[in-house]
Amino acid sequence: MSNILVYALHHEGAFNKNSLGAVSEAARVAGEIGGEAHAVVVGEGISDDLAASLGNYGAKKVFKVEAPEGLAAPAIDAVSKIFQDGGYQYAIFGGGLLGFEIGAGLAARVNAGITLEVTGVGVENGKVVAERPILGDSAISTSRYKDKGVIVARLNAFEAKEGGSPAPVETVSVELSPQAGQVTMVSRGEQRGADIDIESADIIVAGGRGLGKAEGFKLCEDLAAAFGSNAAVAATRAVVDAGWYPYAAQIGQTGKTVAPKLYLAAGISGAIQHKVGMQNSENIVAINKDANAPIFEFADLGIVGDLNKILPKLTEAVKARKGG
Amino acid sequence: MKIAVLVKEVPDAAVQKRIDPATGRLDRSGEKNLNPYDTHALEAAIQIREGGAVPVEEIVAITAGPESAVRTLHKAVSLGADRSIHLTDEALAGSDVVATGYALAKVLERENPDLVLLGQQSDDGQCYSIGAVVAEFLGRPSVTQVIKLDVSGDELTCERQAEYGYDTVKVKLPAVISVGDAINEPRYPSLKAIMSAKKKPLETLSAADAGIDTGRVGADGSNVQCGDFKEPPQKEPGTIIEDEDTDATVEKIIAWLEERKLLA
Amino acid sequence: MARRNKVAPAAYPPPVDPQKEFIKRELDPEDERIDVGVAIVGGGTAGLATANRLLQLLQDDPETMERLGEVPVAVIEKAKACGGHNLSGAVVRPGPLQELYPDLTREDWRKEGFAFGEVKKDAVYLTPTSKTAIRIPTPPGFRNHGNEIISVSALARYQAQRAEENGAYILTETAATQLLVEDGRVKGVRSGDKGRGKEGEELSNFEPGADITAKFTVLAEGCWGHLTGAAIREFGLQGPEPQVWELGVKEVWKVPKPLDRVIHTMGPWPLKIRSKYGHVGGTWIYPMKDENTGEDLVSIGFVVELDYADATTSAHDLLQTFKTHPLVRKILEGGERIAWGAKALPGGGYWSMPKLTMPGALLVGDAAGMVDTIALKGVHHCIKSGILAAEAIYQALKTGSDSLEHYEEAVEKSSIGKELYEVRNARQPLQKGLIKGGPLSGIAQVTKGKLPPGRLSWHRNDHVPMFIGDTKDVYVQPDGKYTFDKLSSVFISGNATRDDAPNHIRVQKNVPREVAETWVWMCPAGVYEIPEDAPEEGNVDVIVNYTNCVQCGAITAKGGRLTTPEGGDGPLYQIT
Repeated sequence: MSNILVYALHHEGAFNKNSLGAVSEAARVAGEIGGEAHAVVVGEGISDDLAASLGNYGAKKVFKVEAPEGLAAPAIDAVSKIFQDGGYQYAIFGGGLLGFEIGAGLAARVNAGITLEVTGVGVENGKVVAERPILGDSAISTSRYKDKGVIVARLNAFEAKEGGSPAPVETVSVELSPQAGQVTMVSRGEQRGADIDIESADIIVAGGRGLGKAEGFKLCEDLAAAFGSNAAVAATRAVVDAGWYPYAAQIGQTGKTVAPKLYLAAGISGAIQHKVGMQNSENIVAINKDANAPIFEFADLGIVGDLNKILPKLTEAVKARKGG
Repeated sequence: MKIAVLVKEVPDAAVQKRIDPATGRLDRSGEKNLNPYDTHALEAAIQIREGGAVPVEEIVAITAGPESAVRTLHKAVSLGADRSIHLTDEALAGSDVVATGYALAKVLERENPDLVLLGQQSDDGQCYSIGAVVAEFLGRPSVTQVIKLDVSGDELTCERQAEYGYDTVKVKLPAVISVGDAINEPRYPSLKAIMSAKKKPLETLSAADAGIDTGRVGADGSNVQCGDFKEPPQKEPGTIIEDEDTDATVEKIIAWLEERKLLA
Repeated sequence: MARRNKVAPAAYPPPVDPQKEFIKRELDPEDERIDVGVAIVGGGTAGLATANRLLQLLQDDPETMERLGEVPVAVIEKAKACGGHNLSGAVVRPGPLQELYPDLTREDWRKEGFAFGEVKKDAVYLTPTSKTAIRIPTPPGFRNHGNEIISVSALARYQAQRAEENGAYILTETAATQLLVEDGRVKGVRSGDKGRGKEGEELSNFEPGADITAKFTVLAEGCWGHLTGAAIREFGLQGPEPQVWELGVKEVWKVPKPLDRVIHTMGPWPLKIRSKYGHVGGTWIYPMKDENTGEDLVSIGFVVELDYADATTSAHDLLQTFKTHPLVRKILEGGERIAWGAKALPGGGYWSMPKLTMPGALLVGDAAGMVDTIALKGVHHCIKSGILAAEAIYQALKTGSDSLEHYEEAVEKSSIGKELYEVRNARQPLQKGLIKGGPLSGIAQVTKGKLPPGRLSWHRNDHVPMFIGDTKDVYVQPDGKYTFDKLSSVFISGNATRDDAPNHIRVQKNVPREVAETWVWMCPAGVYEIPEDAPEEGNVDVIVNYTNCVQCGAITAKGGRLTTPEGGDGPLYQIT
């Protein structure tokens, strides 16, 4: 069977962008093996129109199941039934907590192989294979499935591609397993105040020794504020040791590991102990006055210059662009 | 309440890992440790016992692994488990996540604990999945990335940290809970505990003892094979700007950011 | 251009009082203590040899074994695993190891993964310049035929396994912070606290250490024995001459084609030959064949006496620079670095050795300074001393005696005493420089120690006045592929020191630049830094990045003090 099942995570009237990416990717891969991507949505009161909109991302059919949201157990029941009834061989999930949980439960229930943290999907001799990084991203390993395969993407690995038209929706009723009845959602998706969690920030402005003194972090904070509410400030171990910034903001071998869309490193040399904590950032910009700093070897954009001059002007320019 | 904690022996995080050129597989020799995330699970179990909200009759640590995994069980016991179980069998070598979860579930079936705790991820790659797989085979609910756990009667209130925010979930026992490292600060074992760990009961089980169908485990019984390690795609070398005119430099940075939709 | 100022680090002693800090005179109440039969501080070559031999003897004597209680032998090791903090060349004379494990053949050693081949060929070179190498006839001390190339780190892991199989309790991640002394007798050691913060405050998971009491205690702490130093002062064990130290930085490389010989070089390049620099050092390059993976490896290291006067002397940078010599490039090019580490060693020899026994305890291995720095051999002495110590302890246990005094005599009469006595005056002359001291050193070696008569003195390493010279001008800029900087090297040593652990390094924080620069350059892990805005002349502040520390011990020789870290910290060597 060359159709691919893909799960789309629904929350408050929209689909999570990792799921949309998964739908587009499923459509692409299905095309290569001569099939279609069929989406599954599980939730409460999802309109047919909303479900059909997944067609705009490449789904040729959408299964809709009415069941509690935000929990893995009901979704595992739903996806497994559709997977087995429809004789699917492959299922794709977008990255994220629920993707991992539902994908893993599905693999166990239908006796499939599962690969997580997938960054690439391909076709080999008519069979779908998945690639994922290992060993701290220093190598890529390829997963081949004996028969059925469940592919769970790394967060933000697949990009949603628009194109296509609303897809036909089929409502499926699923009997929930006893374990699904054991879990209830009390509150979902609570944002925890102003303290943005560094690990989920889209943009990080990080400061190191090159800032010169603790007060230098004001420059980083101003820039982060200019970028908006999804930007956080981080620090290297050296400056945390020196007491310039709190440990909770430390990135590196013994601090946090992050992979934001943008990592802007100001006054950071880029020693390996720091690099391993942020090397998977999508875009790395470095500002340092030492042209020989190791960070310039792996930054996407490197500026050799005085951060005391550059940061304030950059902050103004970012404010202007966003405000306008 | 009976608590089972699943623990895993993993290569030490700080030591460089290599691919063995001869076999093309991950070089698994070298230093091994108790998976740091599992120490958080053990600490959580002990805190439930010490908290007194529910009486805990015993905490048993369970691992599936080669002979050397015995050290991991000693460590788990020195941290507070009452006894341990070592599932070890040649047939299990090369098992994928689903096969490993199936094997562990068979051992858990024998023990029938009310609560299964484990670390949500391990240092050698498999993330967030073994708990869900084990739960599926046991017919129990699974919740992962739990960073706060309260027990009352036969119900757990869990707080979990997802990429979209924090959820509060209530779960009726029996259940499988995978914890994150933010849940607690694991204690150090006392020397006395370390030295008496070897005397605590340690049961060794083969696949047959646990009722495991060997056709469903091992490299042959697994549904997925990982291999073919290759270099990741070379990153394009970056652009370097020497700042002479800061206004011009900043304009270039803004243009670069806009090109990549980072100012949206 | 050399500066005028010359300052000796000894003038700026570190804030530490060993006898007060490292000796505990009142034991905890009995129910809080942990009682063992024999406590061995240090799970390295010597400590584990002691454990191995003692348990062999006890195997055949269950009655005596039983008297030792539930834990007959406890080995207390501060690294995460035995061998984690061990590093050496090493070309080892096989005798003592064969004596320790009569059931093993040399092939077995290689299969177990700690031995890498018998030496078939050796060569000694001089390196007058960065491009030339002159082969010289192999001096007698460097003849290594029949010796075995060994990794002490891997050997310790094997020894620990054997010890455990025979009933030892190996307590890794445990530091011994204090010697328990009661009524003038060593009663055991106290293990370190865990879970203290930067300022020493108790964190939420604080776990206090415990008093470990034993009938006999073996101090096998290796270079930089924290407790050994305190014991020497407490019991008046000082040898006739002070101890002096050397620092070695080592790398292990996977290489495309096997090396066929053991190589030693004796400089001068990249060291300076003029005596004012005080440079005495050399390198080793040893072939290693890994029987288990079939890989060809090479162990390469640079050793320098810590007696130098130029503050910019850096063993790590000297190693990186030395690698660019064509002699070395031929061997390493196309290969891959798989390990790095650093460790100090005691270089004083016979006259610097302390008295080896005290009431209730004895010293083995490097802690007792049993290194022959002419032949560059100490590992076999470590093993032999462990065997002799075990036999002395066993005798005492069997006869119910309190005293271990006959251990001292046994060591003196053994190969340890004989070999070290022969070279007892051979290195001291070099403290005057290679050129001035060379001839006398040569005479001592050629006459096998009959000349010069009497006892030649050592001066302490930290008494040497330092100046900021130009040794650094020869160092290469690391390229990250063949030559490496300190930080990336620390990274591959497996160093995982807790960020908020207390600082275990004691130095004065504001010292003359000459002293500060000595530390900055000397430390292979980049622990010490001088702030960018510090004045060029006069006193400067010193930043101590102690979490980089790989516990080599060099700082103790040059004005600071390495004290007991939290157990489990530091590097995790595997093949050094």
